[in-house]
Amino acid sequence: MVQFYPAARFDTSFAAISDATRRGVLEQLGRADASITELAERFDMTLTGMKKHVTLLEQAGLVTTVKVGRVRTCRLGGRGLEEEAAWIERYRQMWASRFDELDKVVEQLKQKEESNGRTASE
Amino acid sequence: MDAQRASEQTQGPITTTDRRSEREVVVTRTFNGPARIVFDAWTKPELLMKWWTPKSFGITFISCEADVRAGGTYRFVFGHPDFDQPMAFFGRYLEVEPPRRLVWTNEEGEEGSVTTVTFEERDGKTLLVLHDLYPSKAALDEAMASGGIGGFPEQFEQLDILLGSLPSAGSA
Repeated sequence: MVQFYPAARFDTSFAAISDATRRGVLEQLGRADASITELAERFDMTLTGMKKHVTLLEQAGLVTTVKVGRVRTCRLGGRGLEEEAAWIERYRQMWASRFDELDKVVEQLKQKEESNGRTASE
Repeated sequence: MDAQRASEQTQGPITTTDRRSEREVVVTRTFNGPARIVFDAWTKPELLMKWWTPKSFGITFISCEADVRAGGTYRFVFGHPDFDQPMAFFGRYLEVEPPRRLVWTNEEGEEGSVTTVTFEERDGKTLLVLHDLYPSKAALDEAMASGGIGGFPEQFEQLDILLGSLPSAGSA
């Protein structure tokens, strides 16, 4: 009933984890946050190469990065899918509560119209 | 399609929510009444005040002004016993097309959404579709990250804390 993520988002996620290095980065970040430089060293890659991997993971919502000074630190998820799902659910609850009340208003207005209609035709 | 529609009707009113795109959230609900009645309930302040703040929210209207015509403005002011200051929500109506379509801006926060509500009548019932369109993906992400709902930033974060502390909130 509640559809959280469009299909395109799943595609991005699958593309992000289809690569062995990127899966390794996720495992690594699961143990501890790391800078792009640290990740590049650990996976024996250039800084530019690692940046590309991290960007893909970021686009998929699997990794967030924060730049402090000249160091960009990467961590898992963060404001990822769970947060979005929770927000969407609260948003739905807010409208569902309002709409339950609106149902009553619509019902009252309908009854009023019907009784006015009867009075007019009698 | 027909089967799905039939099952929706037998299940009663269901509110669905969907992140339709990077910057858009959509809510749908069917009401058991003609579109002109549902539209009235969204556009006449004395009716709007009856349903916009359900008891479970813990907030009450202090005032509700709405000049419902294209270019007209609205201003809803809410209060809660625990808030020092009343909360004001305001914006402008961009399109008013009774009883089919209503579009307004939400201007109380930076980068607020534009809300479009359409009313589609079928067999005496009205399918309501509400779109909240944010100016950018970043704006919707930001709204989600702040914990606010529907372009109501910070204040709703406080409200969430409040609601969470109420015994009835979990069961509602």
